[in-house]
Amino acid sequence: MNKKDFEEQFFKVLMCVSVLIVLGGILSIVFTVFIRGISAISLPMLLETPHGGYYLGQGGGILNAIVGSLLLAGGAIIISFLLSLPVAMYLHLSTKRSRHTEYIRTSLDIASGIPTIVYGAVVFTIMMVIGARSSLFWGMITVALFILPIMIRSIDEIMIHVPKKIIIAAFTLGSTRTEMLLVVLRQSLPGILTALLLAFGRGIGDAASILFTTGYTDSLPTSIFEPVATLPLAILFQINSPYLVVQQRAYAAGLILLVIVLLVSLLSRFLSQKFMKYVVK
Amino acid sequence: MNAPYFDIRNFSMEIEGLKILSEINVKIPENQITVIIGPSGCGKSTLLNSMNRVIDLTDGIHITGEILLKNKNIFDPTVDVTELRRKVGMISQTPNPLPMSIFDNVAYGLKIHGIKDRSRVSSSVKQCLNTVGLWNEVRDRLDAPASTLSLGQQQRLCIARALAVEPEALLCDETTSALDPISAHHIESELLSLKNKYTIVFVTHILRQAKRLADYVVFIYLGEVVEAGPAVTFFTSPKDPRTKAYLEGVFG
Repeated sequence: MNKKDFEEQFFKVLMCVSVLIVLGGILSIVFTVFIRGISAISLPMLLETPHGGYYLGQGGGILNAIVGSLLLAGGAIIISFLLSLPVAMYLHLSTKRSRHTEYIRTSLDIASGIPTIVYGAVVFTIMMVIGARSSLFWGMITVALFILPIMIRSIDEIMIHVPKKIIIAAFTLGSTRTEMLLVVLRQSLPGILTALLLAFGRGIGDAASILFTTGYTDSLPTSIFEPVATLPLAILFQINSPYLVVQQRAYAAGLILLVIVLLVSLLSRFLSQKFMKYVVK
Repeated sequence: MNAPYFDIRNFSMEIEGLKILSEINVKIPENQITVIIGPSGCGKSTLLNSMNRVIDLTDGIHITGEILLKNKNIFDPTVDVTELRRKVGMISQTPNPLPMSIFDNVAYGLKIHGIKDRSRVSSSVKQCLNTVGLWNEVRDRLDAPASTLSLGQQQRLCIARALAVEPEALLCDETTSALDPISAHHIESELLSLKNKYTIVFVTHILRQAKRLADYVVFIYLGEVVEAGPAVTFFTSPKDPRTKAYLEGVFG
């Protein structure tokens, strides 16, 4: 075997090993959650709220947490998207390099590295100051805040990769900067959907930031200003239980979370494909 | 020559300190095809991109001198750049369709310039696609993405799109260089048929193409205008030895 063939083989093996490690890690988590949780999955689990003594192994389900998580992540995504899009567009308002947009990008990159519990603590402090109690509303604000930098930078990166010829085409027809940005957005739509999905995945799965800000309740949400149950906290509270059946329910909640993310992922893929139609390559 | 469409006076440009164009003085006649020729990297595209101020998008440019469009300097701060670009359309080297349907590509320019009336937009789209000979090829699939067209069709779509906003001039930057010979021929004949209504400035480094298209020729070399004049005299009796050498293929 000559040196070139050896190099080729060596790096190929290296890549395969990396894929195996990553895939193995993910699959083992999914497998564990599935094996331990599937036996606890039942219709009442999905369709009922916890009955008395649920956390001691009595009947009921976690509908409250499923609904709560969907509302929390959904609301946070909407708030975050409404703020992210104008910021990302602002970063592309000028087609030239500028120092202050680079400062903004660097700040956002740093902000996405801050642990989510810090966002929770900051919002909790504000809540203490103004005398607010934990609720769905404050949970949405917290989650929206910590996914904001990730979402802005994802949309920004997608817009950076819009071919320059499209921007020039829009300008040469007499577009203003805003009109040019709308064309850029059209080209970026499939990518933006993926950015939303990634943010949703992060938002719905986080426990630390919502521990103090969202609270927990065994009933279904009735108002945005009431505490709501969430799946990550349902997992957290049940996994520490000494009862095996309750622990299994924690895994079942994890499984439900995985399925929700999977469904949202499939939906966004589907929509992405639809918007992909007009994208210029 | 009648009053020129563009009158470029002492126009120089530096990009990040590097001199790209120096002291360009040239008049572009109205409703004719002016071909700018010169070897690659001589500054001809930069000059073209200056005429509708697309050059504004480039970092670190420094300009002196002026480009007059019907006696008004296009770099004057009072000039509305979007209106300038509507009047002076551009067709790039490679087709650059917008991420929309065939119909919307042509309708886009009309919409951004405030024409919302559907029947007017439709008839204008049809007329422009007809002008570039594309209507019969795409009439059944106007909703299809523009990127599904062949490269030649895409380029004709780009011309139709440029015509839709009713420009006075068209700037063509090696518009046929990415196309097959048949599509290139199509585009050339369309440009020849458009020249009575539009001032066309065509950049190319292919001499034979310049001879086929040009009414007026500008030869640029190393950022300077070496020679400019009507095509007949330019090709038959060039004055400058560098033009002679270029025409004979000594360099290029």
